[in-house]
Amino acid sequence: MIPRYQKILFAILLIASLGMGFKLWQLRDRAHKRLLVGETTAPTQAPEVAPAEQATLVAANDTDNSLVPQIHSLPLPADPGARARAILGKLLDLYAAPDATHPVPGGTGSVAQVFLMTAPDAKGSDHTGSQLAVVDFTGTFAASHPSGLETESLTVLSICATLRANMPSVTEVRFLVDGQLRPTLAGHADLTRTYLTSDITPSEGTRQ
Amino acid sequence: MPWSKHPNWVSQVSLLRPGRGLGTGICLIAVFVSALSCIGQIAPLPPAPPPPTPRFVVVLDAAHGGDDTGAHLDSGQLEKSANLILNVRMRSLLAARGFQVLTTRETDASVDLDRRAELANHARAIACLSLHASESGSGVHLFASSLAPTQPSRFTPWKTAQAAWETRSLALAGAMNSALIQAGLNVTLGRIPLPGIESMTCPAIAVELGPIRDSDGVITTESDNPDYQAKVAVALAAALLEWRSDPSRTEARQP
Repeated sequence: MIPRYQKILFAILLIASLGMGFKLWQLRDRAHKRLLVGETTAPTQAPEVAPAEQATLVAANDTDNSLVPQIHSLPLPADPGARARAILGKLLDLYAAPDATHPVPGGTGSVAQVFLMTAPDAKGSDHTGSQLAVVDFTGTFAASHPSGLETESLTVLSICATLRANMPSVTEVRFLVDGQLRPTLAGHADLTRTYLTSDITPSEGTRQ
Repeated sequence: MPWSKHPNWVSQVSLLRPGRGLGTGICLIAVFVSALSCIGQIAPLPPAPPPPTPRFVVVLDAAHGGDDTGAHLDSGQLEKSANLILNVRMRSLLAARGFQVLTTRETDASVDLDRRAELANHARAIACLSLHASESGSGVHLFASSLAPTQPSRFTPWKTAQAAWETRSLALAGAMNSALIQAGLNVTLGRIPLPGIESMTCPAIAVELGPIRDSDGVITTESDNPDYQAKVAVALAAALLEWRSDPSRTEARQP
């Protein structure tokens, strides 16, 4: 004969099983309804993007150690920091292309952030309102950058010249990697100093 | 004048007479001193020492070393090793041409940039070369500091000491450029920030050997190729010889 307590336990387990089955059916039904609702609210219009504008990219060339300005059209946001990041991203996209004159892997995602602030030392500056741009590279970009005096210097100088060409108020540029100060980009180019954009002028090649 | 006919000798001999004791001793001493005096006057004078040969010191700075490996070259070699090999080649060539060569490192040792500049500045060199190698670009890259040339002053800031030597550094780069072109090599010239060199008080150039590429950009010779390195070293040694022989370039070793 089955003991009484076992009968009670069996009844409880049966009720619990039925309850859980019912709850599962309810959840499934709710998820199905949510999915149907989601389909009806799917966007039918493309998100609004910034209008395309012309930007001057001062591109480096390893063959003759030159910096040559190029005009490109690209969507640029209104915020100055985001604008600077978009311009530098486009410049680094050129360098990441297979036929680049200054091959550097990474592309547009290599600049994590560009901070613009009032230049701390505006002495000798031609105009007031001088800005310091702090360019923060990703660690991946620095790690994959080719090592050498020429290639590293051209990367740094072309970024400074490009910032100056598009934002004349930027008179000084400093560099960080993953938000930290780093001695060199890939063993050669000094990242501890402040670069003055007025010292850098686009140049034709000096190849002999 | 013959030694025996010297007037002092004759006069002292006439005083020699036996039995005069103290007088004789004095006479003997006088004769001896006189003889020595005569020998001094008659013996040919030793040849005058030649004027001191000016020291022409060249500082060779093989970049990187120790934990600082520099670039990883396509051949698999590290830049620090390639620099050291070029350093040894150039040292031999320059020593054979009469230069006194000072190197900042002879082994795979880590040497601070400031220490390298200190060594160069104490040497008072006519040229300081920082040697590099890279897998990017093409041909030989010659770089001078991008500091604006300044007038020499009594006290020079350490970080910008090279500014007073900038004009000479550019002239040295020109001499090297000519020699490398004569050797049939491709050369690019530039002025960039150079942390170590900017503290040097000598005509200073960074020499970076890039690979040799064909017209399609394909590498034909690696930057650490021994023949390529030898060719560059010979051309640079020739440039330094020319640099040494031009007084207008070497007369003022100190600004």
